[in-house]
Amino acid sequence: MAENKLQIALYWGAACGGCDVAVLDTNEFILDIAAVADIRMWPIATDGKYSDVEAMEDGELDLTIFNGGVRNSENEQIARLLRKKSKMLVAFGACAYMGGIPGLANLTSRDKILDTVYVHNPSIENGGHIVPQPQSRLDGKVLDLPRFYRRVYRLDHVVDVDYYLPGCPPQPGQVKAVILAIVKGELPAKGSVVGASEVALCEDCPRTKGEKKIKRFYRPWEIMADPETCLLEQGILCCGVATRSGCGVRCPNSGIPCRGCYGPLPGVIDQGAKLASAVASIIDSKDPAEIETILEGLPDFTGFAYRYGVASSLLQRSYRQ
Amino acid sequence: MSFEPKIVGFLCNWCSYTGADLAGTSRIDYAPNVRIIRVMCCARIDPTFVLKALRDGADGVLICGCHPGDCHYSEGNYKMMRRYPLLKKLLADFGIQEARVRLEWVSASEGQRFADLVNDMTQRVRELGPSPVRMAQATDMAER
Repeated sequence: MAENKLQIALYWGAACGGCDVAVLDTNEFILDIAAVADIRMWPIATDGKYSDVEAMEDGELDLTIFNGGVRNSENEQIARLLRKKSKMLVAFGACAYMGGIPGLANLTSRDKILDTVYVHNPSIENGGHIVPQPQSRLDGKVLDLPRFYRRVYRLDHVVDVDYYLPGCPPQPGQVKAVILAIVKGELPAKGSVVGASEVALCEDCPRTKGEKKIKRFYRPWEIMADPETCLLEQGILCCGVATRSGCGVRCPNSGIPCRGCYGPLPGVIDQGAKLASAVASIIDSKDPAEIETILEGLPDFTGFAYRYGVASSLLQRSYRQ
Repeated sequence: MSFEPKIVGFLCNWCSYTGADLAGTSRIDYAPNVRIIRVMCCARIDPTFVLKALRDGADGVLICGCHPGDCHYSEGNYKMMRRYPLLKKLLADFGIQEARVRLEWVSASEGQRFADLVNDMTQRVRELGPSPVRMAQATDMAER
């Protein structure tokens, strides 16, 4: 361990691994990181045990980059441990920032999830009703597993977070810029969203925008979309109007509608509600029955509008009894 | 003690708020459960307002605007007319019972209608019981 090197840890909670890949996608820059920093823990790429982190002094780490949401007690335990050992904690990616894709599970229940995964699943022969338990005993031995929470939380539901870096995953250019800013100490106020813009995606989207009036919604495969015109104007549901820019407009530039992974705009507390407000307003009808028919073209609006943000929304989860 | 629902009412300034005012000046007796928030137009009612009311402890949300065709700003209430069914879908996906959120058109002359509407909504929400949202978010955090 060299003197004056930045001490960093990277960790994943409930995540897919894509955020770690986004760090690796900075290509040779990762070698520059290694030159200025000691990576003390990074489960996907290096060795490093929880006990090593536990043995550290409080605040010994300069920076922890935490991706993934909090789905179980292990995620929370390690989030708390790393928070204690780190001077700075960055919520990295849509899951740590907003709960992300795993947060969609908040629209169902813990029991239904366990049932679908372990019991009533076409490819599973359960042979009973066996689902993971926090503690199992067999032949006098005890096995402890992390507790599977009732719902998904975002990182700052369980620990204090210094900065948020949105994206699913964050764009490598933004990752690089943020890491450089941290090394140089050029950071905005605590609690800021970094590595992103302050305007809606539409501001940066090069597609031509006119007056929006929608008579029918299309799934992307139902229509040959014009490559120059706003996707929403063509009836393809796009989250751009309700999403923070900063990704480089990668999806609409590839002909795919924005999925909202950079989260809500500054000052907005519920991304899905904003999208609902914007999208519904431009439906071209004054007849309630026709409006209903047009809205049938959006079979899972909630899942689309809150793809990354259920855990972070005002309602946060389902209240179905 | 019997449960008395707390209902947040978003009323447009020009028709519905005036209608509610008429109910008052006509001395019509009706349920005191609706807390009225006056907005200039029902188009101003972002779905966020409704969700936030529910999150912060409202048991129901009543939205009132001018009858279609009567909007002071000509088109504002059509925006609400379009948002409402999408908001209902969204609330259903979050497991919020349908009767907790309601949109009705109330004109400035419909004081009696407003009073009847409030009585009806209050009764329906009373039957549903308290909204689970606020309590469940608190217990989630505690049980984690």
